[in-house]
Amino acid sequence: MIRVQQADFDIGAEIAALKAGRSDIGAIVSFIGTVRDQHGAVEEMMLEHYPGMTEAELTRIEQEANARWPLQASLIVHRTGALLPGDNIVLVVTASEHRDAAFDAARFLMDYLKTSAPFWKREQGPGGARWVEADTKDGAAFSRWKKKHATE
Amino acid sequence: MRLLYFAWVKEKAGVAAEEIDPPAGVATIAELIDWLKARGPEFENAFARSEVICAAIDHAHVRHDAKIAGAREIAFFPPVTGG
Repeated sequence: MIRVQQADFDIGAEIAALKAGRSDIGAIVSFIGTVRDQHGAVEEMMLEHYPGMTEAELTRIEQEANARWPLQASLIVHRTGALLPGDNIVLVVTASEHRDAAFDAARFLMDYLKTSAPFWKREQGPGGARWVEADTKDGAAFSRWKKKHATE
Repeated sequence: MRLLYFAWVKEKAGVAAEEIDPPAGVATIAELIDWLKARGPEFENAFARSEVICAAIDHAHVRHDAKIAGAREIAFFPPVTGG
């Protein structure tokens, strides 16, 4: 399941909902991305996105993860709008019978999301506002999955 | 067709969305960018580093050599920075 929302999320409640009524799950991995203040340089973060395409991309990413690993459940929640240092930005949860699939799929979802889901961060700080530049390390992290896929 | 702009592409172009009807010779994303740049200094500035600008047709990422025929919605934006 994927969700795009302004509101915060409750990690415990999300995981409880994901495993409610199920006894087949053996491993659950969660990742939470949060806003850093970068030693005072960031006072607020605006998250813009492309409504419609965001949901389409997150759904495609989730389907890709489910095609690669035997997941029993998966969840992506991404926030938009004005966020403050310390706030949650993104939640990824994966569930599988054994831990390897859940760990790998969670990392894959984050690497893939960072390079293809249409979100843009604008940081506001004492020095003014600036759009965050794409990190080349994110591209490298994403390529790793492509290479692995090609040799399989 | 409908054009959408996001993040600093939107700020520089000074517009978030518009309806356009490009001439017949504009067949690809790259040609559409060239056509947009000729419309005025805001667009010239927004697309100055056109090689870094990403494009999507009807909610799917495309390369600059993609054909635009039949597109309902085309979006231009900087490399994504979510997560």
